[in-house]
Amino acid sequence: MSDVPMNERTAGQTLVQRFSNPTRFMAWSGRLLPFLSLLTVGVIGFGLYVGLVVAPPDYQQGETVRIMFVHVPAAWLAMFTYLTVVISSIGFLVWRHPLADVSAKAAVPLGAAFTFLALVTGSLWGRPMWGTYWVWDARLTSVLVLFFLYLGLMALRNALEDELLAGKLTAVLAIVGSVILPVIKFSVDWWSTLHQPASVIRMDGPTLHASMLWPLLVMAVGFSLFFFTLHLVAMRNEVMRRRLLTLQRGRARVGRSDTAATIVEG
Amino acid sequence: MSHEMFVGLSYGVTGVVFAGLIAWVVVTGRRRRAEIARLEAEGRSRNG
Repeated sequence: MSDVPMNERTAGQTLVQRFSNPTRFMAWSGRLLPFLSLLTVGVIGFGLYVGLVVAPPDYQQGETVRIMFVHVPAAWLAMFTYLTVVISSIGFLVWRHPLADVSAKAAVPLGAAFTFLALVTGSLWGRPMWGTYWVWDARLTSVLVLFFLYLGLMALRNALEDELLAGKLTAVLAIVGSVILPVIKFSVDWWSTLHQPASVIRMDGPTLHASMLWPLLVMAVGFSLFFFTLHLVAMRNEVMRRRLLTLQRGRARVGRSDTAATIVEG
Repeated sequence: MSHEMFVGLSYGVTGVVFAGLIAWVVVTGRRRRAEIARLEAEGRSRNG
């Protein structure tokens, strides 16, 4: 560490640069996490209460409508997380900021989990409502492609030993793969799908009854908070992994110079 | 299966996946912190 005080060293930096300095990131994320975790638990707890107790059964779907309170937020977060991966990847390729790569890497498993949940809860809703767990319609198929894309991003990064190269190639694949997002969003308009068209995010406003819309929105906020919290923790873990690698390399160098000294002295 | 069972299964799977994610980040974080502390302690004893 330099002896120059932090406020002088960071004087010429933008706000984003200051917050994304890894040491600063560890400090502010560590302070934020307890509050974010509590808020997440509170909002999801409230969401479960309004979704399972307060919201009425649907006049057509009956109790099954409650699956929507986890299915729709999971599907939204599956796409939002991918957007996070794409923006982080652009940040890494353009500005070469290591924390952007950390962000992209940490978000991918979370996105895969949300996509998996969207697919499974969708199937569990489809069986009683459509009479089938799965159909190869454009919406379901494009979300399945998103799931495979997440798995591909993880596999590609793990396949390469050179971490910098792995980060760059994964970022390129993530950006190319972003074409799946509009396909998922508009699949229900472009093709004739069994999956219903958008009923919340649409130009003429939501078509859902308020009694079901607000539990859905509370759960969506809860799922988003859950993502922000876990993304921060996963990013901190990745920063620590890189710090560990540096420590181990330093130790290996010291070990080598010890050996060299022994040889010279011997 | 009744409709309630499909609802229960959906929330159950979501709970299991969320718990799994939490366990993954918490356990990984603890291991990394312990390993960093160990290496730093070794480094200090080597240098000191």
